[in-house]
Amino acid sequence: MIQDISNADFLDIINILKLQYGYDFTGYAHASIRRRISRFMTYMRLATVFDLKHRLVNDEECFDRMVQYITVNVTEMFRDPHFYRTMREQVLPKLAAYPNIKIWHAGCSTGEEVFSMAILLEEAGLLNRSRIYATDLNPVNLEKASSGILPLNNMRDYTQNYIQSGGLNDFSNYYVARYDNVLIKKELRKHITFFQHNLVTDKVFNEFHLVCCRNVLIYFNRSLQNSVLKLFHDSLAARGYLAMGIKETMKFADIHEQFETVHVQHKIYRRKE
Amino acid sequence: MTDRYDVITIGGSAGSLAVITKILDALPPHINTPVVIVLHRLRNVRSEMSRLLSTKRTISEPEDKEPVKEHCIYLAPQNYHLLVEAERTFMLDYSELVNYSRPSIDMTFSSIADVYGEKALGILLSGANKDGAAGLCQIVAAGGMGIVQDPQTADFEVMPRSALDMCKGVKCLSVADMIRYIMGEIL
Ligand SMILES: C[S@@+](CC[C@H](N)C(=O)[O-])C[C@H]1O[C@@H](n2cnc3c(N)ncnc32)[C@H](O)[C@@H]1O
Repeated sequence: MIQDISNADFLDIINILKLQYGYDFTGYAHASIRRRISRFMTYMRLATVFDLKHRLVNDEECFDRMVQYITVNVTEMFRDPHFYRTMREQVLPKLAAYPNIKIWHAGCSTGEEVFSMAILLEEAGLLNRSRIYATDLNPVNLEKASSGILPLNNMRDYTQNYIQSGGLNDFSNYYVARYDNVLIKKELRKHITFFQHNLVTDKVFNEFHLVCCRNVLIYFNRSLQNSVLKLFHDSLAARGYLAMGIKETMKFADIHEQFETVHVQHKIYRRKE
Repeated sequence: MTDRYDVITIGGSAGSLAVITKILDALPPHINTPVVIVLHRLRNVRSEMSRLLSTKRTISEPEDKEPVKEHCIYLAPQNYHLLVEAERTFMLDYSELVNYSRPSIDMTFSSIADVYGEKALGILLSGANKDGAAGLCQIVAAGGMGIVQDPQTADFEVMPRSALDMCKGVKCLSVADMIRYIMGEIL
């Protein structure tokens, strides 16, 4: 059974993470992060919040596991296939105008979304002049993503997604299967750089024609969303694109007037001049 | 006039669709109290559920940070957990399945218990697993009201039965009595 964590305890835990480890979860949506912390306690067999605090203060490994556990890492290739179809039809043709295309995937988790984008670019003939920066807060995710290895048993679903996204090739051309895993082909991956970047504390690091940040902002509260959207705005070239998750919206953001809407359902926006 | 409840939340799985439609059809068109519905749905099947549910009422699937508004009926979108935050805004959470389900009724009920306390009315209907039982008990523990569909009248009794087994203080009503209760409390 999930333990209830009092608000005071919750703030204490958040403070330890911030002061001792430099990870600031203050602006995360409380309903979900509190639940995840208490699930972590169950998983670690920690009976009380005091035990959790004690472990966190004294045991860095407990912290590493906690970060891995409380961030939501679920992802898929070509998740929301119709979003990818819109990218193919409406966004990539515009990106084609740039001699060198720069893309940022923020909150890329284990890379599935990034590999999907590389496939779209390849099929549009743009991959060779594209550079993809893919970042996440969670080092374990980044390590997995960099390996290019995915579980084989997901490939059937991903193939369906790929086809629904308008993909016309044989999907299995993009990977080699080895035992229970697949390895995404090097030719796709060599255009991608994975590295750590925390959207809460780290800054603008380049200028992009497309920023993809999907299913990350839902875990943040309004005010953190506002500051991260500002970061994206400042990271985009004029007329650069921003793609968000299907359930996320620019509607309630302070900065919404600085963006125009490219596709309402698929949550694709464009920075104004 | 103040209503006894600030929110009504309804969860169901197998065998609950017809009951939900019946409840919604019985509600007067302009009830203040928002209704938040969580139904187990098939993964990756484009669902016509919101249209199916009822023809008379507009039902919307909330987006992230949308405020929970009076007069509105909401349905948890497929594949996301639907939570309510302290500011009474929705939050969508694409995390692991809970009780083999996403959306999970427990997740929604439990967040509503935290935020609304005694101002929450939770209703758990027919279903073949126990998702929602723990959440309904949390609503009751927080001072709200928990009602289950009488298992004897449910197509699948596991879900309401689990809630009755798990905690005391949950009311067990037939669908007709449930509707009568809601009408008595919200008008
Ligand atoms: C649900 S996954 C989304 C993956 C992918 N974008 C998708 O839509 O399938 C959320 C990711 O956001 C990352 N994340 C959470 N907080 C972050 C932060 N402050 N900075 C960067 N990444 C963060 C998590 O580590 C996780 O990998």
